[in-house]
Amino acid sequence: MAHDADDPHHHHDHHHDHGQEAPSDIALRVKALESLLVDKGLVDPAALDAIIDSYEHKIGPRNGAKVVARAWSDDAYRARLLTDATSAIAELGFGGRQGEHMVAVENTATLHNLVVCTLCSCYPWAVLGLPPNWYKSSPYRSRAVIDPRGVLAEFGATLADDVDIRVWDSTAEIRYLVIPRRPAGSEGFGEGALAALVTRDSMIGVAILPPVTP
Amino acid sequence: MNGVHDMGGTHGLGAIDAPVDEPLFHAPWEARVLALTLAVGAWGRWTLDASRHQRELIPGPAYLAMSYYEKWLTGLTALMASRGLITAAELASGQPAPGAPKASPPLTADKVAASLARGGPAMRDVAAPQRFSAGDRVRTRNINPAGHTRLPRYARGREGVIERDHGVHVLPDTNAHDQGECPERLYGVRFTARDLWGETARSGDSLHLDLWDRYLDPA
Repeated sequence: MAHDADDPHHHHDHHHDHGQEAPSDIALRVKALESLLVDKGLVDPAALDAIIDSYEHKIGPRNGAKVVARAWSDDAYRARLLTDATSAIAELGFGGRQGEHMVAVENTATLHNLVVCTLCSCYPWAVLGLPPNWYKSSPYRSRAVIDPRGVLAEFGATLADDVDIRVWDSTAEIRYLVIPRRPAGSEGFGEGALAALVTRDSMIGVAILPPVTP
Repeated sequence: MNGVHDMGGTHGLGAIDAPVDEPLFHAPWEARVLALTLAVGAWGRWTLDASRHQRELIPGPAYLAMSYYEKWLTGLTALMASRGLITAAELASGQPAPGAPKASPPLTADKVAASLARGGPAMRDVAAPQRFSAGDRVRTRNINPAGHTRLPRYARGREGVIERDHGVHVLPDTNAHDQGECPERLYGVRFTARDLWGETARSGDSLHLDLWDRYLDPA
């Protein structure tokens, strides 16, 4: 309102104290719903904590990075991963929810792979954990299929002119893991050091791993 | 359904906001909504496909305005009410209906790790005709169902090539509507970017979709 803009003191008076902000409406709604469901015996609050702990500490992109590092280090494993990703990933102890049917797709000097779910937010939880917000957002879902190069540019990734892009719109129950190109300069690296180079975004296909200096 | 959720190829939805070091959850309530959705899902009153469709039923303007976990909360609340896990009165009061017996949750903390490790495979070991093989040219059908489907609008009536046979998978189009799993063969199909988006698309670029048998005709 105009008089607010003209009166900075008025505006100031209505600031909430920092650090004492009231819980948002949705936070209160969720708290009330959880309380109702616990009271009805529909959910076990300790199970909720265990689910959250799993995705905060156990199931995340470090799992996928280990798979990629193994593929870079072991040609026989790489071949198994490209043939039957679900089994090859299970060899490292990963699988299950939103990773039941995995396919690994490999970036090469002439092909770059990019994963999206235009209809919702399908994502390989078992190897990458829960998807980042941008992956689930309208801008990414709408444009990844029609303008993958523009999307890559927004992430700061540029492909050479002779590299084809293949977009994987994961709208069924198959989940895709991109095997990024192994960074130049990592030739002497062991699996652990290689895994540390692999980023979540490179396994979605929106990032290209930079060269490393040994 | 031809909802706003089917947004592949839409222009004008803004720039991608991808902050560095984004937290896994932006607020504690988001984590609780994720966990509640999985824990209540363990009652088996609905399929994963039904829960996806429930989110698609959020009216378009609200769908576009809501944050991700708001959509999950909206979908979860609607499913619990429509499938008899909670009543509107309980939701309004926040209290269990007087005299309602207390249930025992199917997913307890000790079962979480095994449940996540098991997941919910969609492949079924049943016979289903294999109409296509790798290399076959196919055309997607021009279907516009009011219910759930996984054939996005941008890929309807388009020609592509079968790349892979994924075996027999639960059909979301029926499974989302409690009409049974109706497993069908699922194929990986490759389309050229030009066949989908026209001559301005780059030659050599392509797009891959996994499509159920009933979405496809021989080209």
